[in-house]
Amino acid sequence: MDNVVGQKSGLTWAVHISMAVLVALWLFPTLGLFVSSFRTADQIATSGWWSALSTQERQAPAIRVGGAEVEVDGRFVIEGRLFTATNAEVSAWGTTSTAPTANVPGDVVDLGDGVTLSVAEDGAYVLSSPVTTEGTRLPRIFSTAATPPEFTLQNYRAILFEPSNTDGMSKAFFNTLTVTIPATIIPIVVAAFAAYALAWMDFPGRALLIAAIVGLLVVPLQLALIPLLKLHNEIGIGKGYLGTWLAHTGFGLPLAIYLLRNYMVGLPRDIIECAKVDGASDFQIFTRIILPLSFPALASFAIFQFLWTWNDLLVSLVFLIDSSGETTVMTKQIVELLGTRGGNWEILATAAFISIAVPLLVFFAMQKYLVRGLLAGSVK
Amino acid sequence: MSPALQGLITIIIGVGGCVAYFYFSNLFLDKVLYPASGPKAGRNINRANMIRPWLFLAPALIALSVYLAYPVVETLRLSLTQRVPGGGYVWVGFDNYVKMSGEPKFWEALRNNMLWLIVVPAMSTAFGLLAAQLSDRIRWGNLAKSLIFMPMAISFVGAAVIWKLVYDTRPADQEQIGIMNAVWLAFDGGPASVLFLKIVPVLGLLGFAFAVGLVAWLLLRPVVRPSGAAAGMVPLRILGVLVAVWLIWVTLRGAIGLIGADLPYGVPQTWLTIPFWNSFFLMIVLVWIQTGFAMVILSAALRGVPEDTIEAAIVDGANPFQIFFKIKVPQIMGTIVVVWTTITIVVLKVFDIVYAMSNGQWETQVLANYMYDKLFRANDWGVGSASAMVIMLLVTPILIWNVYNARKEMR
Repeated sequence: MDNVVGQKSGLTWAVHISMAVLVALWLFPTLGLFVSSFRTADQIATSGWWSALSTQERQAPAIRVGGAEVEVDGRFVIEGRLFTATNAEVSAWGTTSTAPTANVPGDVVDLGDGVTLSVAEDGAYVLSSPVTTEGTRLPRIFSTAATPPEFTLQNYRAILFEPSNTDGMSKAFFNTLTVTIPATIIPIVVAAFAAYALAWMDFPGRALLIAAIVGLLVVPLQLALIPLLKLHNEIGIGKGYLGTWLAHTGFGLPLAIYLLRNYMVGLPRDIIECAKVDGASDFQIFTRIILPLSFPALASFAIFQFLWTWNDLLVSLVFLIDSSGETTVMTKQIVELLGTRGGNWEILATAAFISIAVPLLVFFAMQKYLVRGLLAGSVK
Repeated sequence: MSPALQGLITIIIGVGGCVAYFYFSNLFLDKVLYPASGPKAGRNINRANMIRPWLFLAPALIALSVYLAYPVVETLRLSLTQRVPGGGYVWVGFDNYVKMSGEPKFWEALRNNMLWLIVVPAMSTAFGLLAAQLSDRIRWGNLAKSLIFMPMAISFVGAAVIWKLVYDTRPADQEQIGIMNAVWLAFDGGPASVLFLKIVPVLGLLGFAFAVGLVAWLLLRPVVRPSGAAAGMVPLRILGVLVAVWLIWVTLRGAIGLIGADLPYGVPQTWLTIPFWNSFFLMIVLVWIQTGFAMVILSAALRGVPEDTIEAAIVDGANPFQIFFKIKVPQIMGTIVVVWTTITIVVLKVFDIVYAMSNGQWETQVLANYMYDKLFRANDWGVGSASAMVIMLLVTPILIWNVYNARKEMR
């Protein structure tokens, strides 16, 4: 636009840089979670995800010498390791908190009374004493080790494929899927017929009905919780999948009807009138002409409803999850984990990423329809 | 029966049932009730066509009235009654509302909701507008848009986990793994800290106060100096000005507080437990999610701005900022209002973020979570329904506005 006058705007660089900063700000939080879900618990706990790719030089918490004592050549020896990682390298160590980096690997330090301690580069230590050390207070080792970057799929394995894991997400994943699919498909069918009637049939009260649906679009679903729970209990559905599907259907209908009607109204009148002249019934026009032509609008709404039901917490909390916990969904499971595993980011990050991976896939695959639906739904 | 199988059966019954209902009811109407043949064929076709719309609409109408219309009425009724032990309800009039207004937690929730209602739509729209305008001018704009739009697909709970990691706190002697604290600890009280944590935010706050003052002046001008044309909606304008004055007061107080504040440099902060400011840390999560929505809609609107108006402005010597603020923004004002109201509705219903991140502790309560607390933790349906009605009341102006616009458009 600025080239109209024939000179390149000096602002171009500023635009590029501001946009890059904005994108980075928006991407960073998700990236942090993504990276964290592939790191080991040790690494997450000791360094920020942004330094995941660099070697970590850090001072480990003090470890007290421990283990089985073996008598070798008249000396009592305890052997052990400072850490389990095989590729970490000790760069310095010490036995007091005042001088935690006093020694280098390979040093043999005399601790008095003939007791010696040595730490090798790979973290193995040897404590050797002329008399048995049983019952005495063993020394502590302060070490500084460099750990190379380490990535693992173990988090995903533990969360997804270990049936005994109470923090597991596999059951919740299938429950979410079970909620989502019927709750996405059924409203589409119901809404499509209603939208056709509102778009192409003339009857008294049509304008009023459309206005009512526009009004219902914004009714907070919070209002529906108690009355519907009461209703479900009275007619014997109680808490369960059926009630959840019905609730999602009801809550999704206004948007579905609104979107589909707006789209169908825009279809060319000629096609429909030609079909009528040729003797097609309304039912035939709907199934043979309108439905196939409305595919983009149907896809838009399907994505909305899918994202909404997949990501929902409140409806599932109220209508689905009972005290047995058998029907827990992923969002609820994550909230539970936030409570019980607040500091275990390897579990939290992995669980959260599993639950957002599916919507993200759908999002990137069908972004076109999502954008189209948004535009049809609000700029009217 | 396994839920997956149950789900499959439900899909088949649900979809099959719907299709069968539509097919057979149409068949019944055309062949049995009013057959389009015989002596009264013409009259029958007319009658069938009068009934048919209602056949198409019936399932949707039933679902809508049971799942959305009935609950509004029922919630209103419940908010005026009290459950008595052993079952049954007694009419208590406005007692629930009185009881609710006596609770400090309710006022805290209302105050926070008001802040949410101002901050989240304003920031989402502003960032969305910025992103839309910038991305339209660069080659990788579509990729950038996609990435900013992405949080829309992430659940509020997922976003809560993502941002809890950002806000994570470790004891002072350990390395910080939350990026917020890592950045915070980089500030040591030197000149850079003063610049970024005092001067820049204070300037931002003053700018905001100035913008609010400008809006207030625009609202007030027709009232003070009636220019002959209908000044219209005077009470609404005065209300707007009062809100603006309150906002300016809050902002200026914040700015003065910030200048005088003795910031605890070098100490890791537990961000979500700092009263008042923690609400803003929760709001950022929703802004992060909603900006993409605002950007997509506003970007489409910006592209719809007629080229010739912009070209005329360039010929007249307008600079890019003038083009943006004086030519483009006024022309997409209608869309900005739509985006603003849509985000406002999302904000009013916000529940998951607060529930997952702080659960209303440390003065972060909002209405939707307050209502959930009352309904399912305290089991107080009366007060819970009353707070739900408050949410409904706040939504109502937008509802009326939407319906009004939709009717205007259909004519």
